[in-house]
Amino acid sequence: MTLTQAEKAAVVTIWAKVANQADGIGAESLERLFLSYPQTKTYFPHFDLSKGSAQLRGHGSKVMNAIGEAVKHIDNIRGALAKLSELHAYILRVDPVNFKLLSHCILCSVAAHYPSDFTPEVHAAWDKFLSSVSSVLTEKYR
Amino acid sequence: MVHWTAEEKQLISGLWGRLSVEECGAEALARLLIVYPWTQRFFGDFGNLSSPTAIIGNPKVRAHGRKVLTSFGEAIKNLDNLKGTYSQLSELHCDKLHVDPENFRLLGDILVIVLATHFTKDFTPACQATWQKLVGVVAHALARKYH
Repeated sequence: MTLTQAEKAAVVTIWAKVANQADGIGAESLERLFLSYPQTKTYFPHFDLSKGSAQLRGHGSKVMNAIGEAVKHIDNIRGALAKLSELHAYILRVDPVNFKLLSHCILCSVAAHYPSDFTPEVHAAWDKFLSSVSSVLTEKYR
Repeated sequence: MVHWTAEEKQLISGLWGRLSVEECGAEALARLLIVYPWTQRFFGDFGNLSSPTAIIGNPKVRAHGRKVLTSFGEAIKNLDNLKGTYSQLSELHCDKLHVDPENFRLLGDILVIVLATHFTKDFTPACQATWQKLVGVVAHALARKYH
């Protein structure tokens, strides 16, 4: 699945806005994930997952930074996330189904914060983009 | 039977009372057809679905979206008997419409995103969690009579 030029442009444009609140949106996305899909908490037994926790904020930040990298290198997401791909395959081994869940929660956070920017076309582009990122992160699993 | 807390019921009815079934239904179906274009396979007789603009403006899409969300409203009125409420619709979707139940999950998630754009900060993580539960049980009820 490749992104069209229009889709890449839509991703980059929205990212410019999201980047200003990346940390907050990252933490909120994780909060949405853990509340809507409690089974995802099984990957974080070592974390304080209460609202506003430093660990939640820190991890949300990490996730959003990685997405930022993918946006910056949108023509070569595989190259940009190569190390993260290995991390997920050999160390973290998060079941692939969870990438869809987190992607959905990120879309919800972005939609809630930027409702007028989150048009159907932008929604489609971001869904496809996060799906590409998820593919890259799971492609070395086996 | 699914159990709903008082808080969950409040989060559902509170939002439902504030939304336009016509607008949200139309938008949810349009986004489904735009974001997941393969879902257009069920709507061959809907006319022009060739672009996001065409889909959003298509009167059949709007009408059908409204129909779907109106049915959702029935679920909300009958939270304690979703199985019964959706029994016939489930048979219809299997035997006549031949819709893969995965599409119910896709539409449910799209509806959640539409709610996020409409209610913004009021669509808190707790609110989302309740609505994810609702769209999940509706999808399950619609798939229940498949064979």
